[in-house]
Amino acid sequence: MASLLKIEDLHVAVDEKPILKGVNLELRQGEVHALMGPNGSGKSTLAYALAGHPKYEITGGSIEIDGAKLNDLDPSERARLGIFLAFQYPVTIPGVKVADFLRHAVTNVRNPDRKEGEGLVPMKDFRKELRSRMEELGMDTEFARRYLNDGFSGGEKKRMEILQLAMLKPKFAILDETDSGLDSDAVKVVSEGVAKLSGPNMGVLIITHHERLLEFNHPHQVHVMLSGRIVETGDAALAKELHDLGYAGIRERHPQIAAEETEVAKV
Amino acid sequence: MATDLKTSADEVGVGEYQYGFRDSTENYVFHSRKGLDKAIVSQISEMKNEPAWMREFRLSALEVFFEKPMPNWGGDLTHLDFQDIYYYVKAAQGQEKSWDDVPEDIRKTYDRLGIPEAEKKYLAGVKAQYESEVVYGSLQEDLANKGVIFTDTDSAMKDHPDLFREYFATVIPSADNKFAALNSAVWSGGSFIYVPPGVQIEFPLQAYFRINSENMGQFERTLIIVDEGASVHYVEGCTAPTYSSESLHSAVVEIIVKKKARCRYTTIQNWSNNVYNLVTKRAMAYGDSLMEWVDGNLGSRLTMKYPAIYLMEPGARGETLSIAFAGKGQHQDAGSKMVHCAPNTRSRVISKSISKSGGRASYRGLVKFNKGSENSKSNVVCDALILDPISRSDTYPYIESEENNVTIEHEASVSKIGEEQLFYLMSRGLSEAEASAMIVTGFIEPLVKELPMEYAVEMNRLIELQMEGSVG
Ligand SMILES: Nc1ncnc2c1ncn2[C@@H]1O[C@H](COP(=O)(O)OP(=O)(O)OP(=O)(O)O)[C@@H](O)[C@H]1O
Ligand SMILES: [Mg+2]
Repeated sequence: MASLLKIEDLHVAVDEKPILKGVNLELRQGEVHALMGPNGSGKSTLAYALAGHPKYEITGGSIEIDGAKLNDLDPSERARLGIFLAFQYPVTIPGVKVADFLRHAVTNVRNPDRKEGEGLVPMKDFRKELRSRMEELGMDTEFARRYLNDGFSGGEKKRMEILQLAMLKPKFAILDETDSGLDSDAVKVVSEGVAKLSGPNMGVLIITHHERLLEFNHPHQVHVMLSGRIVETGDAALAKELHDLGYAGIRERHPQIAAEETEVAKV
Repeated sequence: MATDLKTSADEVGVGEYQYGFRDSTENYVFHSRKGLDKAIVSQISEMKNEPAWMREFRLSALEVFFEKPMPNWGGDLTHLDFQDIYYYVKAAQGQEKSWDDVPEDIRKTYDRLGIPEAEKKYLAGVKAQYESEVVYGSLQEDLANKGVIFTDTDSAMKDHPDLFREYFATVIPSADNKFAALNSAVWSGGSFIYVPPGVQIEFPLQAYFRINSENMGQFERTLIIVDEGASVHYVEGCTAPTYSSESLHSAVVEIIVKKKARCRYTTIQNWSNNVYNLVTKRAMAYGDSLMEWVDGNLGSRLTMKYPAIYLMEPGARGETLSIAFAGKGQHQDAGSKMVHCAPNTRSRVISKSISKSGGRASYRGLVKFNKGSENSKSNVVCDALILDPISRSDTYPYIESEENNVTIEHEASVSKIGEEQLFYLMSRGLSEAEASAMIVTGFIEPLVKELPMEYAVEMNRLIELQMEGSVG
């Protein structure tokens, strides 16, 4: 049976400042949802809170997979339960080779009960798998030997996120603006890559300001976030409206919430 | 009582080092009494059947040792009691020729350290020092055919007396410092290498050292001469079992790198937490030569070690890569000394230190430009990673210059493990300890990749062990 990621009345604060003010969302394995919303509305905050960033404190509500609560689990435990976040701004880890890091990650995610120090997935199989995933994403296999995101261009970093997604095959993937900073050819490669990966075993939450990714990954639902809440949910037509006309209509329809928006978000 | 050594080859790993293991001490052939005086030093010389000049050298060094005050800088030496240490222990009889001849309990110990594999892999001679004497040594035939001498220092003194005497104590005279004087008085074991002009040794020569007797000091003495246009990479590694009382290791390493020659000397030291590791290492680099120290220090109670390179003639280059890991109760006071004595000389120091669980890592370095070293350049980079608020890192860079036309660059950075890095790795399923270990190994990777493969693997495993269950 398809797993369900259920976000209920989620409140999240950063440094005691409330950012998310009651988010509700249900994502099933096999579904594609889009999350849109103006800058600063809280999309990345939701993504971080789902992945378990220690700075993003859950002050109310819950995150569940098939009824099991994730609120108190650390990021590693959540990853092993099948949550994956493709970062809007991937971090650089100097001196750590992509292949070494990924072999470790793949081992833990595939054997969630593995203890520290226990064996890793066999080198040969891993290499083979990594190589074919890289080829599918049009990546030079040389990247496997480079230090993680060190000196990568913006687009290369995004592709590296998708490579990780392809290797870790999570139940639920949150893609935070994976399409930004990519040239149009790369958007196509990445969009196709995601489309290929998503299928019945993956639920995808696509955070985006553009339409391109959604053309390849037709969303079942489109959510619009405003000032820390999901104010509307619709279908692809809603995404098109936002793309063509911006958020003016959304703000008009939700004047009270729009009034809470920070100055930064409005510009 | 012999320790149970029924461990399979697979289980032989750094995991064991953490707890330490030791073998029977019954088979020791000779134990000097504790303490240090003229009688002990004379006895050491007599036991070794040494020529008179060496005996005199030892005795006069002993006087220098007694005269010199304890250094009051670096680390805390107040608990070091010179009279509570054995200065000479000899295990097994004489020199063994092949692995099979090595006494069994010694062999088992080395099995656990993986020495036979190391030998197979590098196909170089293994010089394994057990206690104070070298008990096992083998030398590849082709090296011998090329005229390379790779032996223990005691044998070199007997078998190559002229060559030995020409260079011995010329780089580090016994009066250089208190610990060099101590080593000069009681030295035992160590390696001697001579590489004839133009001979390039393609694979690293290795030696393994360990301390294995309570209160036992090791005072090995290594002398390497790389003749004109020749090259060698010497690798020395050591792991020590854990003992309860204080132990002293005070080595002297002297290296002469002649015109256009190259020498790299790699050390990984992982002494147990009670060892004082006070080492004097110095190289003289002549015209257009290259000397490199690669130095990794883990463990010990206190390490004071500042490998030095004297750039004696134009075009000489010196490089020190150093990694220090200071854990609980440990102080790594390590660094480098570069002395530019001639024009157009270059030096480079890269130091990476990690301190954790209250450990202290200090970088102490001197770059000196003597009169007449114009157009010389030095570049020093020190990066420190501090893993928790109770640990400490300091940098003491000293620069002295008698020349105006020289360039010195110095960069230092101190960092902590970034929360964002940790989160990123953990969000991919790594535990906190694994993520921290990965960040730490990444931090030292630029230096670790300079190590021979086996050492690099071992180094990373040691770091992983040090990080396990340590965070939170
Ligand atoms: N670590 C943080 N420290 C301080 N403020 C934060 C932090 N993370 C988020 N915020 C604040 O929370 C609000 C929501 O930010 P968030 O990054 O979630 O927006 P977003 O919807 O992803 O915007 P964008 O479209 O620009 O990526 C912003 O006002 C932001 O400044
Ligand atoms: Mg964002």
